[in-house]
Amino acid sequence: MIKRRINIRMSGLGGQGVVTSAHVMAMAASKDNRQAISNPFFGAEKRMAPAEAYVRIGVERIYDRGELVYPEVIEVFHPQVITQGKSYTMPFYSGIKRGGLVIINSNMELLTEEDKQRLIDLEVAVYYVNATEMALEIAGTELSTNMGMIGSVAGITKCVSMEALDLALQDRFGKKYVASGGTATLDQAITKKFAKKELLLAKNLAVVKKAYEVGAEWAEKNQVELTVARV
Amino acid sequence: MDSHSIIGTKNKKGQVFTDPHHLFFEAPRIPSFFTGSEVIKEAIRRASVDLMVAYPITPQSEAAALIGELYAEGYVTDYMRGENEFGVMSECAGGSFGGARVFTTTAGPGTMRAMENFPMWSGARLPIEMIVTCRGINSPLSIQPDTLEIYFLLETGMLVWHAETAQDFYDWILMGFIVAEQPDVHLPIAICCDGFFVTHTKDVVNLTPVDMCLPPYDPYRSPVPCMDMECPPVRMMRDPFVMKSNYISYATHASWQQEIRAAIERSRKHTIPMIGGLIESENTDAEILIVSSGTAVSQGREAIRLLEDEGLRVGLVKVKSLRPWPYHEIREATKHAKHIFVPEFNVAGWMAREIKATIPDSDRVIAGPHVAGGMTMPPEVIVEHIQRSLGKSVATLAGRGS
Repeated sequence: MIKRRINIRMSGLGGQGVVTSAHVMAMAASKDNRQAISNPFFGAEKRMAPAEAYVRIGVERIYDRGELVYPEVIEVFHPQVITQGKSYTMPFYSGIKRGGLVIINSNMELLTEEDKQRLIDLEVAVYYVNATEMALEIAGTELSTNMGMIGSVAGITKCVSMEALDLALQDRFGKKYVASGGTATLDQAITKKFAKKELLLAKNLAVVKKAYEVGAEWAEKNQVELTVARV
Repeated sequence: MDSHSIIGTKNKKGQVFTDPHHLFFEAPRIPSFFTGSEVIKEAIRRASVDLMVAYPITPQSEAAALIGELYAEGYVTDYMRGENEFGVMSECAGGSFGGARVFTTTAGPGTMRAMENFPMWSGARLPIEMIVTCRGINSPLSIQPDTLEIYFLLETGMLVWHAETAQDFYDWILMGFIVAEQPDVHLPIAICCDGFFVTHTKDVVNLTPVDMCLPPYDPYRSPVPCMDMECPPVRMMRDPFVMKSNYISYATHASWQQEIRAAIERSRKHTIPMIGGLIESENTDAEILIVSSGTAVSQGREAIRLLEDEGLRVGLVKVKSLRPWPYHEIREATKHAKHIFVPEFNVAGWMAREIKATIPDSDRVIAGPHVAGGMTMPPEVIVEHIQRSLGKSVATLAGRGS
């Protein structure tokens, strides 16, 4: 299904880079000449607390702001979003649109039979990706989990191109970036994991690319055709 | 006698002091993809600000910190960190009394804490620019963009503008200085936006060139002498009329307060060409109108798209300036409307009250929908509110937990 707009809700935990993922996605979409908006929604900034961020990508000017109540795509960055209800909506898929997509970072099944049936009734495709393991394998740090989540949604929906993601990552991590104290600390943490900034960029991009390929393959095999129109 | 203009000369950062009209309307624009906080920084980079006073409060903290970076780079002459918001606004007053172009940022509880200073600023005719990134002021605590604090600012004697987007915000931060500093205005200005929805949202903003900046503030164009203890406003503080009840105290208070309100009205002639009118309207011949300010306008625009898909034509009025209040503009824009919906990010519904007090047949105004504590207002909720009010049957929206 080619949509004029795709609304993506990213649900995760504080410290996982959920807000950064949304910003990178929107920057990439903008580089692809699509219209894009990203914004976060969080309470006090603390690790492991629920954190959400939203990306809206489309072909016409986007005015909608704030929490995404009726998304096409939901990405779950951490199993606790589901298992401990660390989500702003209960259940985590509340409000998902018919024909939507759920992407879950987990190496095991997390949905109850009831959840599964409700998602089937709504024709929602569910995709499990082990983004944390992918991050550990390729980048050597679980801090790159968010890159796996970016790659997955991009690979399945093609809402942003790999080239644009590359440029967006360079924009975000290649130069000095001032945000809140919490974000600055996390930026420092990820920078310390790599000997050089170039290495950080290369490894993170490799995680995005791998997740993109795996996601694209899954979408083709399962005929998931949710995508956003070209400008 | 020779006359010297600063226009065309350079500041110490190599930026050219540029005629404001040229800067705003003729200079090339560079599209950039930024958060609202970064946009505030980029506007202030070009604003020839003498003094910024900062204090942290979400959601303006990022912007305040980014302006600290500008100070470090030499784009802002002085940067002070206040003890609390009351102290911040008092320091702003001191800087402005001394003839500096002063800028500050605040939000929610900070705005409330500082409140005493705002009518003092306007009474003292200090053209301070203050950014208000709206946030809830209620308990239970919220950091989200409830707009109730704007209501408290409306009668402080300040100019109050409410931006919808980061682009509005960028342009108005620069334009606000020019309007506020006119000799026949010379009042403080609050430029408001909805926190997070503007400050933490990445959006495309067209920036003016980085090598051009506003001409500096000229304190000798002030309508009241700077720091003159013999003339209002300053002498009033040393020998307050409030202690007296005689002809001169009655006359001074009345005339001065009326003069401040008259100055707000006089700002129209500068504001209208600058921000393109006090309101912006679309399809006002429609029977149904959505009227609001800030992000509520954006949500209204999305709702209008959804309603169009269902064959319902709805017009829009975006109120840009709250003080001066666009009295005649709103009466004109709403004259055909049978139903006027006013979505707001606060439960008080102050915008609906203002509109009811402005137009004939005010029962046409249907306040709402409202969201409290700065929670999100999905366009679907506006659609449902309109359809329900018009007596149409609506499928109940999927609620939380469904």
